[in-house]
Formats: sequence, C-alpha cells, structure tokens
Amino acid sequence: MNFAFLFNNFFELTITGLALGAIYGLVALGYTMVYGVLQLINFAHSEVFMFGTFAVAWVVVFIHGTDSATQGLGPTLGILAIAFVAACLTSAAIAALVERLAYRPLMRRGAPKLIILISAIGMSFTLAEVMGVRDKLAGWFGLQVRLADYVSQARNVYSSPITINPHGLFPIGNYRVTDVDLLIIGSAVAMMVVLDQFVRRTRLGRGIRAVAQDPESAALMGVNSTRIVQATFLIGGVMAGAAATLYMIRIGSTRQNAGFILGVKAFTAAVMGGIGNLRGALLGGLVLGVAENWGSALFGTQWKDVVAFVLLILILLVRPTGILGESLAKARV
Amino acid sequence: MGTKHNLRILAAVSAAGLALTACGSTGSSNSSASSSSDCVSGQTIAFLGATTGPNGALGQNMVGGIKLALDDYNKAHSDCTVAFKPFDSQGDPDQATTLATQIVGDDSIIGLVGPGFSGESLSTGKTFSAAGLPSISPSATNVTITQQGWPTWHRVIGNDSAQGAAVATYLKDTAKAKKVFVVSDDSDYGKGLAGYVKSGLGSLVAGTDSVATGQTDFSATVTAVKSSGADAMFYGGYYSEAGLLAKQLRQAGYKGLFMSGDGSEDAQFVKIAGADAAEGAILTAPAGPAPADFDAKYQAVNSSPSGLYSTQSFDATNIFLAGIDAGKTDHADMNDFIGAYTGTGVSGPIAFDENGDIKQSAIFAYKVANGKLDTENPTPIK
Repeated sequence: MNFAFLFNNFFELTITGLALGAIYGLVALGYTMVYGVLQLINFAHSEVFMFGTFAVAWVVVFIHGTDSATQGLGPTLGILAIAFVAACLTSAAIAALVERLAYRPLMRRGAPKLIILISAIGMSFTLAEVMGVRDKLAGWFGLQVRLADYVSQARNVYSSPITINPHGLFPIGNYRVTDVDLLIIGSAVAMMVVLDQFVRRTRLGRGIRAVAQDPESAALMGVNSTRIVQATFLIGGVMAGAAATLYMIRIGSTRQNAGFILGVKAFTAAVMGGIGNLRGALLGGLVLGVAENWGSALFGTQWKDVVAFVLLILILLVRPTGILGESLAKARV
Repeated sequence: MGTKHNLRILAAVSAAGLALTACGSTGSSNSSASSSSDCVSGQTIAFLGATTGPNGALGQNMVGGIKLALDDYNKAHSDCTVAFKPFDSQGDPDQATTLATQIVGDDSIIGLVGPGFSGESLSTGKTFSAAGLPSISPSATNVTITQQGWPTWHRVIGNDSAQGAAVATYLKDTAKAKKVFVVSDDSDYGKGLAGYVKSGLGSLVAGTDSVATGQTDFSATVTAVKSSGADAMFYGGYYSEAGLLAKQLRQAGYKGLFMSGDGSEDAQFVKIAGADAAEGAILTAPAGPAPADFDAKYQAVNSSPSGLYSTQSFDATNIFLAGIDAGKTDHADMNDFIGAYTGTGVSGPIAFDENGDIKQSAIFAYKVANGKLDTENPTPIK
C-alpha cells in the first residue's frame, strides 16, 4: 500500500476524483428518480447517457469540422453551450422513447416488475446496437457518404475533434485546480440543487413525490400518474445529457458501448447514496469517484473497482438503505 | 448487474452468430465449380479477429490484406478460386471461443489467418490445435502462445519479447530516458509486452500501474506518472485507452515521451488523443512499412489505405495459397507445408521455428509528427 503517494498527491487525487464522481452523480440521478417513482431500475439509462455523448460530439463536428484542435475552455464555451442543449434534448428524447416503448405498454397491462426490468434491458441493447450500426442505418437512406463524418466506423471510438485543455486557476495544496474541474463539479452540484428544489417546491415535483409515495392514492387525488412517470424519465434524461456534456469535456471520446461501464458506476453511486434519494445520488457519485482515485493510489489502478465495491458493501452493511437512505417519497418540503 | 452483463454477452454472441450466417453465404458464393481435375472446389480461408468493436480498425487492416491476396490469386486461378470467410470476434476472447467451434466445424476451411489478438489466440488455441486446423496469425504477439505446444499455431510477426527488448533499447539509447513509467492494460498482450519492457529497462523503471480495458478516466494513473518524475512512459495496450491516456497526461502537464507498442500503432490513436497530445509519441511495431506498390494495389481492392498488419495478413494468406497450389488439401498436409515454408513476403523474410514463431523479425519505431502518424518512414530499432 502506497500511503506516501496518496498523501503527497492527496488534493490532486481528491479533486480529479470529485470531477469524475460528479459525472457519476448526474447519471445516478436518472436511476434514482425512476426508482423513486416506479421502484424499478431503468437499465436503459446508460444508453440515454451514451446518446448524449454522441450528441455533443456531433454538434462539435457539425460546427467545428473534423480538424483536430486543442483550445482552452473559454473559446469553446459557445460550442459547448449548443452541445449541452443538444445533449439534453437528445437524452431526454431517448429517455422518453424508453418510457414509451419499454415501460408504458407493460405497465398499462399490469405486467410484473421483473418483466418490465427485462424489457428495459432489451431496450438498452437495442439502443446501443442502433448506435453501433448507425452507418448501415444511414446507408438505407443513401446518406452514408454525406454523413460519413458522423456515422463511419460506427463501432469504433468516436472522438470530439476539439480537445479542451484545462487551465490551472488556483492551487489547493500542491495541485492547481483547473477551470474544467470547477466547471464539472460546480455544474453537477448546481444541477442537483435545482432538481432538488424542483421536486420539493413545484407542482410537478409534488406530483412526482405523490406518485412515489402511493400511486393509487395519488391517482385518486387527481394526479395523472402516466404524465408524472413521463416527466420523471424526461428529467432523468436531461440530467444524463448534462452528464454527457461534462463527460465529453473531460474525456472527449465515446463509443456505442460507452454507457455500460459508466452506467454500472452510476447505478452503484445511486445505491451507495440511497436509491430513490436525489441528494444521495450526487453524494454517492462523489464518494465513489474519490474512493476510486484513492483506491487506485493505494493499491494500483487495477484495484480501483475492488476498493469501490468493498466500500459499497461496507456502507450497505452499516446502512442498508445507503448513506442518506431516505427515499424520494419521503422528501419533505 | 451481473445479469445485465451476461445478457449483453449472450446478445452479442447471438448477433455475431447472425452476422456469421450472412458472411458465410456471401463468402462461399464466389467459389466456382471445379474444372481441372486437381482442383478441390470451395476451399476456404477463414479469418478470426476483431473487425468491429473498440479495436476493430486493426482487424479491418488484416481483412484488407487477405482480400488483396485472394483477389490476386483468384484472378490468376479463375477456374479454381479460393473463398474467404471472416469471423468477427470483436477482439473478445470469450466470443472468439464460440466462433472457433464454428470454424473447426466447417469442413471447407483449409486454414485460418488469425486469430488477430493475443487474448483470443490463447482462448481458442486448444480448439484449433485439437481439430488440427493450421493457423497463421498476422498480429498476435504474446510470447506464451507459442509456448503452449500447439503444433498448428504459427505467426508471421515478431513476438513481444523481441519488441519489449527493442522498446527498452530505444528508451535507453535513442530517447536517453532516465526514468520510465510503465503502464499496461489488463489484456494478455498488454501485460506481456509491458512485462518485457520492464525487464529490459531494469533499474530505469520509475513506477508501474495497470489499467482496465474500457477505462476512460486515468486521473490516478496520470497523477502517478507525474509524481514519479518520469521523463518517458510506456503503455502496453491498445489505441482506445492509449489515446485517452496520452491526452489526459498532456492535459495534466506531463512533458515527457509517450511510447506504446503495436496495439496503439494506428491513426485512431492520434484521433482519440488529439493531434497536439499525440505529437511526438513513439509507437513501435514488429512490422515495417509496406512496399511502395503494395498500398496502391491494396487500395484498388479495399477502397481504404492499408494499415498495420495488412502486409502480414497478405503474407499469411499467400502461404496458404501456396499450399493449395502445391496440392495440400487436408489440414495435416497443409500444416507440414507451413512448417517447412521459407520465402520472402512483403513484410520480410518468412520461416517458422519449431514452435511456430517467425525466425527473423525487425522492430520499427513510428513517430507521430505534424498531427499524423507517419507510417511510411519508421526507424528500425537495432
């Protein structure tokens, strides 16, 4: 165990871990919201995120072209703002599609939850494979050549041509915190706060909480639960779109199965924080991101998942409902 | 989440199966009826490797080489053509085992070009060797493959011990590195190659780390490389992770040399890392540049430029075709023919030792310069 390395680079490891964890947290919000309302894990959420990452890369290619460029965060903000909107719209649309195709028809027929879970898994494969054969799909419409910059080598890594170089702003310990770190952690916290307030204070938020608490009573009180479920998926999609934008700022490359590992991590973060709990999702994400980095530092990077999951087990042993443990339904105004 | 993963594998395998059926029917359709008496019609050469998936670009290069060799052959032997069946493993050792069973069950297959990567070579070697199917890999470089005692397994590329030693020599003598940080992925290839680099460097190794295939955030590794004070680093693995690692290292202010092996020697590396972060990176490969006229011929058949392993798979295919010409129609005869084969291919002189390793190979260093991987002017490492 390399304690000296961890302590000498404590701030760098912690802050880069927080930045990674913030992305986990934003994706985890989607898992946790759907779970809070339906008590179902939306396994297709990882693909909602993946479509968002592609939306970001496509917008960059569309505006900037395919020439490789390296620039700071400042000059890229304009493109990123458009990419952010596009990613949120794309992810929300995919989330709505998942709800419409994989959830609503089954729920309407009163299918057991396990069946719905499986249809969500099926949706996850379908979406990942659709992205993986997008060159063929474009070919059906004769657009393979015209859209070559967007669809060629569909199963390969797809990179945003603009590399965003972080710029050091101020030191904490021996690490200079960069603008990219701040942007990622800051926007994740901001999005979480907005969402939390939204669920606590707005009419739609009250509806979400009502359906989470007791769907039948909520329906009797005049809450349209179908619309509430739809809204939950849409909000989760928007959060995944935001996560996708931050992910592309930091990583810059994606592929048709990019959602898988990140989805597993975000789901872990949601469980760690207390599934169904919005604040818990972000907290779980941040804890997981930092734990991975500390674990990598102590034992080597190949051990980071072991460290993260041992931590998850320890937390669940002490607090079986996760760190914050409270469900969406019980969130008080 | 285990369920989800298993389902993914299941779906991927069945998808691959479907793809295969499709490939099989197109592949064998161009075999013409036999006209001359010594022609065995419908002889097929198979390919097993990643033509899609995260590192599919490398497999595409191999398939291109095979297609070119077959195109040349079939033009000259229009009365007795040889067919081609590609099997796409997506580079996944688990998927490759299923495909291997299909390949050995197909009686028309006289020989296999592949498997593409080391992991899938190790996972399928037993199946192929038990069935006696001769194979020539254009690209699998892990040292242990030829130590398994598989008599039908051959490769036309130098193994990782030669490449690892060459990398260490380059770092010591050419780059004059004082401290080298060695990172590997979790593949058989990456771990093996990085291990030989480490033993070649000896006391120059400033630190080591191991990352996972599919990982995208390397912040802990980046911190470790920087804090070790290394002036050079070597990554053993494939371009998907190598590109991201190079990018994140440069973003964090790492100024030293970035070096990696043949798994990263692809234009995709520059794309993923970004031209600025990739600049100056050295990528080694046990393969020299293609001869001048090879690429033109290649592009006429494949519509894309040749790449790493294209010449090796071209040569491997030609060995099988020479065997077919010499009337070797069953696996045992073909295997004896390959074992005794000597010749000079476009990738260099070819002859196999008793383990199936190529006897003579040269390692080259390719450089990323002016935002592009210069594939035409590599430096040979002595």
